[in-house]
Amino acid sequence: MAQELTERTASELLPLLARGDVSAEALTGQFLQAIQQRDAKVRAFLHVDEGNALAQARAVDQKRKKGDPLGPLAGVPVAIKDVLCTKGQPTTCGSKILRDFKPPYDAHVITRLRSADAVLIGKTNLDEFAMGSSTENSAYQTTHNPWDLERIPGGSSGGSAAAVAAGEAVLALGTDTGGSIRQPAGLCGVVGLKPSYGRVSRFGLVAFASSLDQVGPFAHDVADAALLLEVIAGHDPRDSTSVVKPVPPYSKTVHDPVKPLTVGVAREYFGEGLDPEVEQAVRAALKVYEGLGAKVREVSLPHSPYAVATYYLVATAEASSNLARYDGVHFGHRTSRPGNLIDMYQRSRGEGFGPEVKRRIMLGTYALSSGYKDAYYLKALKVRRLIRDDFDLAFAACDVVLGPTAPTAAFKIGEKSSDPLAMYLSDIYTISANLAGIPGVTIPCGFTKAGLPIGLQILAAPFEEAKLLRVARMYEQATDWHTRRPRV
Amino acid sequence: MSLSAEQVAWVAHLARLELTAEELAVMTPQLNSIVDYVAQLQQVDTDDVEPLAHALAVHNVFRADEPAPSLSVDEALANAPDRRANAKGEQFYGVPAVFE
Repeated sequence: MAQELTERTASELLPLLARGDVSAEALTGQFLQAIQQRDAKVRAFLHVDEGNALAQARAVDQKRKKGDPLGPLAGVPVAIKDVLCTKGQPTTCGSKILRDFKPPYDAHVITRLRSADAVLIGKTNLDEFAMGSSTENSAYQTTHNPWDLERIPGGSSGGSAAAVAAGEAVLALGTDTGGSIRQPAGLCGVVGLKPSYGRVSRFGLVAFASSLDQVGPFAHDVADAALLLEVIAGHDPRDSTSVVKPVPPYSKTVHDPVKPLTVGVAREYFGEGLDPEVEQAVRAALKVYEGLGAKVREVSLPHSPYAVATYYLVATAEASSNLARYDGVHFGHRTSRPGNLIDMYQRSRGEGFGPEVKRRIMLGTYALSSGYKDAYYLKALKVRRLIRDDFDLAFAACDVVLGPTAPTAAFKIGEKSSDPLAMYLSDIYTISANLAGIPGVTIPCGFTKAGLPIGLQILAAPFEEAKLLRVARMYEQATDWHTRRPRV
Repeated sequence: MSLSAEQVAWVAHLARLELTAEELAVMTPQLNSIVDYVAQLQQVDTDDVEPLAHALAVHNVFRADEPAPSLSVDEALANAPDRRANAKGEQFYGVPAVFE
C-alpha cells in the first residue's frame, strides 16, 4: 500500500487526503522516501526540499483539522523545473553561472501553487537554460529515463518528466520553448502540456526565448494535467505578454467527449525519419479515435520542413539577448580574474556557460548582426508567419491535429550529444507549436518492443486548451497506457 | 555561407564570450553546419509576408506610472558577487573601473 501511493494520480490522492485516509505529512514522507530510494538511479532532482516540504504538508494537515478552506492541490507533492524562481532557494537553471543564485521572489506559477496548498518537493534537472532535448546539457548531472536507465529522459524538462514517471512526485512543472515539456513527457510515458502562448504567466521564469517560452504541467493523466493547468493559468499584470482571458474550468470539462470530432492528420508528419514503431502506435491511436466516432481527415502543414531552421534562428536570437544579463555584475558567477570590465564580462560568461548555451548565443548573435539580420532573423520571422498561417488553415478544417510527439523513442545517453544538429531534429514535431503560439499535449499511446514509451501529440488552435484536454481524455478513457508505471 | 575562424571570433567578441582556442576549433565547424542548415529558409518565398515576432495579437500593455513596493536593498544585493558599502552606509555592487 505504501509503495502504491507514489504511483497514484492527484485525482486519486485528493479524496484520500480529504477523508483523512492518509495525512499530507505522511504522503509527502512517502514521496521523500521514494526519492531517496530511486533518485540515485534516476537523478531527476537537483535539490530536494525536505524540510520545507514537510512543513508545507504539516500546514495543510493543520488547516484541514481546523476546518479552514484548502486549495485544489492541498497536500499534493509537485516538482519544479529548476528554471522557475523559488524565493530564497537555489535556482540554477542547470548552469554553473547560477550555481549559488537564490532568487528574491517567487515565480507567478509558484505563487499559484502555494495558494493551491501544493507541497513543493524540490527542483528538477534540466538542460542548461532550457537549451536541449535530452537533459545531457545540464552542468550538474544527467537524468536517466525511468523506463531504461541507459537512455535519456528527453529535454529540456527531463528531470520533471522523469520525476513524475518514476513516482517521485505526483505532478511537475516544466517549460516548453521548442518542445521541452512535450518531448520528454512523450519519452517518459507521461502527460505533458504546453499551453497557448500567453495562457500562463512567465513572471519568474528565467527567460530563454521570450516569444516562445511557456510553463506547463506534467502529470500521469490528462485529468491531473487539466487540474494543474487550471491552477497556474491566468492573467498576471507582471507579465505583459499574459492574456486577459478568463481561465475555463479545465478540470471540470475534461471528462466531456468532443462530439462531433474531426481529427486532422498532417501528411508532413509521417515522412522520413519517423521510426516505424512510433508510426504504428500513432496510426493505431487514430483508429481508436475513429472507433470513438471521430472523422479523420488529411491536412497539410506545408512549411513544417522549415520549422527547425526557423526556430534555431528565432530562439537563438532571442536567447542571445536574454542571456546578455549574465555578465557577472549583479548576480551569478563572476570570474576571479576580472581585469577590466569587458574582460569581466567575457571571462565570467566563458567560465560560466556550457557549450550548448555558447553555441546558441553565438548563432543568435550572428543572426542579428549587422549585414546578416535581414537574411537570417527577419527571414525566419516571415517563415514563422507562414507556419502560423498553415495552422490557421488546418484548424478551419479540423478540431485538432494529431501526430507523433517525437520521431523516435528515447535514445541512449551519449548517442546524439556530439551532433548538435541531430539533437535539434528530435524536436521536429513539437517546434511548430511554439512558433505559432498554439497549445499542444502529449499522451502515452504505446510502447516499443524494447519497452520504451511512445507519445501521441495533439495540437489545437490558440486558447482551445479545454477542447484539447477533452480530446486527449477521450483516448485515455478508451485505453490504459497511462496507467503503466516503470519499475525503477 | 561559410564562417571563417575570424568571423567566429568576432561574433564571440560581440557576445562578450571568451572562447578558448580549443572551443573555437570545435565550435566553428558546428556553427557552420547549423548555418548551412538554416540557409534552406532562402528557398521559401516570403515576398509580401510580414515578419511575425510575436504569436499573440497583443499591443502596448501599459500600467499607470505609480510607484509600488519593490525589492529592498538587501534583497537586491543578496546575490551580488562583490557587495560594498560606503561610510554613509549606502550599498553598491562593486565592479572593475568603467573609465580608466
